[in-house]
Amino acid sequence: MLRIFLLLIFALSFSNSTKSHAEELTSQRQAALIHMLKHDCGSCHGLTMKGGLGPPLTPDALAGKDMDILSDTVFYGLPERAMPPWEGMLSREEIVWLIKQLKKGIPQ
Amino acid sequence: MKQQITKILFILTFVLMGCSGSIRGVGDMGLVIERASGRIQVVETTNKTILGGVKGLGDLSHASAVYSRDGRYAYLFGRDGGLSKVDILTQTLVKRVIQGGNSIGGAISQDGTLVAVSNYTPGGVRVFDSTTLELVADIPAKGEDGELSKVVGLVDIPGQKFVFSLFDAGEIWIADLSEVAKPKITKFREIGEKPYDGLVTPDGRFYIAGLFGEDGLALLDLWNIEKGPRKILQDYGRGAKKLPVYKMPHLEGWAIAGGMAFLPAIGRHEILVVDTNSWEEKGRIPVHSQPVFAMGRPDGRQVWVNFAFPKNDTLQVIDVQSMKVVKSLKPGKGVMHMEFTPRGEHIWVSVRDGDRVEVYHTDSFTKLTELTVEKPSGIFFTSRAHRIGL
Ligand code: HEC
Repeated sequence: MLRIFLLLIFALSFSNSTKSHAEELTSQRQAALIHMLKHDCGSCHGLTMKGGLGPPLTPDALAGKDMDILSDTVFYGLPERAMPPWEGMLSREEIVWLIKQLKKGIPQ
Repeated sequence: MKQQITKILFILTFVLMGCSGSIRGVGDMGLVIERASGRIQVVETTNKTILGGVKGLGDLSHASAVYSRDGRYAYLFGRDGGLSKVDILTQTLVKRVIQGGNSIGGAISQDGTLVAVSNYTPGGVRVFDSTTLELVADIPAKGEDGELSKVVGLVDIPGQKFVFSLFDAGEIWIADLSEVAKPKITKFREIGEKPYDGLVTPDGRFYIAGLFGEDGLALLDLWNIEKGPRKILQDYGRGAKKLPVYKMPHLEGWAIAGGMAFLPAIGRHEILVVDTNSWEEKGRIPVHSQPVFAMGRPDGRQVWVNFAFPKNDTLQVIDVQSMKVVKSLKPGKGVMHMEFTPRGEHIWVSVRDGDRVEVYHTDSFTKLTELTVEKPSGIFFTSRAHRIGL
């Protein structure tokens, strides 16, 4: 509970400081995010998310993995291990949305 | 009557002309990969047109191609582990096999009989008969740690050999396939942390692996392999302030001119210039953003550079003599790849998000034409058929 609370505070404070909005992502932004996922994340994870230099991000591969940890990985990256940080380019909210899409499976 | 005959002759000439038009060479042909549609477009550079598409090629994100020595067949390496052989003259798919789980690139042997594919999963190299696409050799890339490693930077070198690097294990291997049934493998361990790509110099003498996990590159003199690899440019450094790398640079197609080599620095907004005799740093050229490809014009006078996300809308031209950026172009978002015509008068550029390929004159930098291609990425012309390491 405390964790969720802290996360909320974090998300809120973040939404003030960056371009992220508290509202729902617009469908235009969603389309842009999916495009980015396929092509820019895809350059390492594969266009179909089946893996490449980076591991697969398919629903199977992500099943059971913790949202906070995954979103931290995307936000801060693991630079020594070739996963770049997306802080500054993607808001927390957008990252969570993207991971949800990945867990569902993105339409090909 | 006479008029009739003239008319018939006239028509006949046209018909015959039409026929002879269908016999053509492949020297001005090439292909463009449509990364999202599993299709390629076959093109020709004389009139700068699209000749036709070939589909059903699977996942072509990050796909690359090599050519048979007669330039007629392209071998495509897809992300889904597919190896496809395409006849570019007739624009037909000749054969397609799924050879691995996840492949990254390939190479063709000196004599054109063998096609090698490098795989991420299962980590290793598989070698195929270039005519039948039958598997002839399987080389799992088990590093010193006993784990299968992703394979990167696979190139051909003279003598039916292939050289490649093991990303996870940090090794360089040479596979000698002069006896296909008994591949001879020479392994170099601890060559550096996380090699991400490799290249061979156009003369086939030096193999260079770029390192992601540490500063510098690993250099192997293939004429003197007993000396083993050594590190070069160790101090170029990704610097105290390490920039995140959104896209691994590619070393293929780097430029060698006037005793200098130009290569993309990883995690820096620079092109590194190296002396190809001493292999010492000769300079750094500041550029727009993190470079992905640095491609030398065939005459070696210019180097064209594209950039990683999010600044991938730009293309810069370096003048080799002055080592300065002399031109910046903004073709649009997603400049993925570029390819020079065989003698370098034009360059073809993939603009992914604009669904087009643009053709520029390399002296005047004027745009000559645009072709509609869906999400284009790699462009590969048949002139690669006759170059070592491409
Ligand atoms: C330059 C290559 C590269 C790019 C671009 C890249 N990744 Fe990664 N990613 C990696 C690597 C390598 C790892 C594995 C790191 C490790 O744990 O060793 C990884 C790991 C991850 C993980 C953790 C997976 C798990 O199972 O724990 C997620 C989630 C992820 N990436 C999402 C993304 C998203 C979303 C994008 C685009 C916004 C992206 N990545 C872009 C290379 C990349």
